[in-house]
Amino acid sequence: MGINVKKGLRSVGFPLLSILVALFLGGIILALMGYDVGAAYASQFKGAFGDANAIGETMVQMVPLIFCALSYAVAYRCGLINLGAEGQLYIGAILGALVGARVQGLPPAAHILLCLVAGFVGGGLMGCLVGALKTRFGASELITTIMLNYIAMEFVAWCVNNVPFKDLTPGAAPRMPAVLASARLPIILPGTRLHLGIVLAVVGIAGYYFFMWRTTRGYEMRVIGMNQNAGRYSGMNIRANSVLAMTIAGGYAGLAGVTQIIGLQFFLTEGFSNNFGFSGIAVALLGSCHPVGIGVSAILFGALNAGGNKMQLLASVPAASIYMIQGMIILFAISRELFLWFGKGGGRVLALARRPAKDGGGA
Amino acid sequence: MTECILRMRQITKRFGEVIANSEVNLDVEKGEAHALLGENGAGKSTLMNCLYGMYDSYEGEIYFDGKLERVSDPKRAIALGIGMVHQHFMLIPVLTVVENVVLGLKDNKELLDLRGAADKFERLGKKYNMVIDPWARVETLSVGQQQRVEILKALYRDARLLILDEPTAVLTPGEIEGLFEMIAALKNEGRTVIFISHKLNEIMRVCDRCTVLRQGRVEATVRVDEVRDREHLAALMVGREVELQTVKAPCQPGEERLVVEHLAALNDLGLPAVRDMSFAIRGGEILGICGVDGNGQSEMVQCLTGLRRTTGGRILIGGKDATGYSVRQILREGLSHIPEDRHKFGMIGAMNIEENFILVSYREELYSRRGLLNWRWIGKHSASLVDSYNVKTPTAKEEAKNLSGGNQQKMVVARELDRGPKLLIAVHPSRGLDIGATKYIQSQIIKQRDNGAAVMMVSTELDELMELSDRILVMYEGENMGVLTQGEATREKLGALMAGIRARPGA
Repeated sequence: MGINVKKGLRSVGFPLLSILVALFLGGIILALMGYDVGAAYASQFKGAFGDANAIGETMVQMVPLIFCALSYAVAYRCGLINLGAEGQLYIGAILGALVGARVQGLPPAAHILLCLVAGFVGGGLMGCLVGALKTRFGASELITTIMLNYIAMEFVAWCVNNVPFKDLTPGAAPRMPAVLASARLPIILPGTRLHLGIVLAVVGIAGYYFFMWRTTRGYEMRVIGMNQNAGRYSGMNIRANSVLAMTIAGGYAGLAGVTQIIGLQFFLTEGFSNNFGFSGIAVALLGSCHPVGIGVSAILFGALNAGGNKMQLLASVPAASIYMIQGMIILFAISRELFLWFGKGGGRVLALARRPAKDGGGA
Repeated sequence: MTECILRMRQITKRFGEVIANSEVNLDVEKGEAHALLGENGAGKSTLMNCLYGMYDSYEGEIYFDGKLERVSDPKRAIALGIGMVHQHFMLIPVLTVVENVVLGLKDNKELLDLRGAADKFERLGKKYNMVIDPWARVETLSVGQQQRVEILKALYRDARLLILDEPTAVLTPGEIEGLFEMIAALKNEGRTVIFISHKLNEIMRVCDRCTVLRQGRVEATVRVDEVRDREHLAALMVGREVELQTVKAPCQPGEERLVVEHLAALNDLGLPAVRDMSFAIRGGEILGICGVDGNGQSEMVQCLTGLRRTTGGRILIGGKDATGYSVRQILREGLSHIPEDRHKFGMIGAMNIEENFILVSYREELYSRRGLLNWRWIGKHSASLVDSYNVKTPTAKEEAKNLSGGNQQKMVVARELDRGPKLLIAVHPSRGLDIGATKYIQSQIIKQRDNGAAVMMVSTELDELMELSDRILVMYEGENMGVLTQGEATREKLGALMAGIRARPGA
């Protein structure tokens, strides 16, 4: 087998440390701001795991986070950095919302499937464009993905305000028409908002694993991601793989958008994404782009998102402080070198630096 | 007994599950040249890197000048008076020699006294008969000169113990002589040298004592002048008596497998690198490509393997015009390619051995079906490859980067030869390998020849070329200087051609 599950689990240890440190430092900051830290974290936890409804909310949040994390991970494995999940998500959502609202007379299963395909294609086209720009013109995907985010968001703004896409219902807010009942994902935990999307997201993780570690195409991508020259040496087509990887990455982000529309919102509005495209990067980074890691870190980020609202409600701590904690988790997680440094030689180096330039350590 | 400048006691160093050194004891006497002999992966470099503080942890004790020292980083090692010249030089190419020399010195002031440093450096160079212009940029120096800079840099820091990690691997014969003279001079001054090598004749020439490492353990420490013969040392190193002469059946050439006509190509800078190259290789024959590094060999190999565009001429493989073929097309014609730089092209360090084994063949039958990799079969096949090619590793699931250089090369060679090539292009197949591995890989290459493969072997080692090749083609500035048969080739003739001096007609 090509992937090591034990290694994946072991790699969870370090992210766990960064989470604890972030929660600890976040607690200090909240305390300094005069909030009751105990109450804040208790309500946070309650909001994420307290009852069936809370758990359902956490999992609802996990759906787009997982898809966006997979989007980042697929590109990353092929040596590309996809910062465009947010834009790809929106375009996928637009296509999905169109299919969901305009295609009539299909049985639910077929309609849902068609919406998902539309979402994947929408995001995939955005990704494909990035891949093409990179391989044709050498445009860095770092830049094009970020720029395309803006274009996608402006396009959403235009869609919800202009014919032929806007909802013509009298008195409706700027939005696209509601998706039909036949296109909506069923609720899988009665009494909550938890929809089938979480199952799809788990299938998405399994698909990511299967593709990357079991297929020759996935193998090519991983080789290219780790050593492009070795890919060339063994006759792999770097360009085709880059374009395909960006397309799949975009497709995953598109699925994040469309599941959000047909599972939860039913209307496409401006700014509905709540930054999932960017949080997804964090989820992928914290999970080291490993299938298990992504699943585990999505639980954490889902819980933080879901619990944040409860915290605001019960402990009157602004939900925005959750972003602060999320930010710190990422900082610590990606600066593991810093920990190593402190752990090993850092203290000594600091001591040396503080000493006068002339160091009497000679023999 | 003479005074020991260095005593290492019970040194153990692990990398993950790989044990590189196991309870090694080493005594080095003051003023001697002490050789560390061992196969690749025997733990020579690891042991010295422990001493030089390159790793932050090791088990065991190091006594320097009789005092127990914890050498936790190179700064400490340098302060103690230990200098090390690594296989890969630690110089900054865009800086001048003198800037590199003062780099990181403790007594640097806010304003660098480069002139003073340059004077001191020049005096040092004169003393050891190794004059280097201190104001030259390092990137303009030859590899041999860069090595001298590294040595002088260590002496500038007043190293009393100098570690040389396979110093002769990158030198020309003339430069090797210079290095040996320098080692003698250092010894005369009472400095101590640790000389890492797996070249027996060099050790016999310059060293007083020799410690043999095998599989991370000390096999023996012997006085060089008491050694019976080379075979005995080699046997200590590999653990069995070795055959130093390669046996090769007479060449039985078949049809022309590779024909190159008037090939031309540019290098990365856009300058002509291969000019009007024409030659042919038959099945069942080894054509050696001889030449000083950088005379177009790399570019030519890249053309033949589809990695570089040609600007003129034709390449025929098995009678088919393969000019302009992609890598994949050429692989389909039965090419195996042992690349020049295994780290750059031949392997993926972060992947495990199994994943490296399938790098070229993953699309083929048994490896995969309908785009799905058959890991079950790959696992079994990898285990047998590891076994039959003697790749030293706990399992085939070990990441390639955890293997020693020699074992990485064996992994690459195993992968390429397992394909049963019709055309084998091997570039420096045994560069940096110890005797055991070299002989093994050479015998495998000969086996491919005897199975009817056309073999092109690019090497800078004359011994290897003269021993293995049926014919030797000498390249100079991208041109074919002439082809000698194995019988005709002598060091002198090859040397002249390598230097660009054509044999006079009738001479």
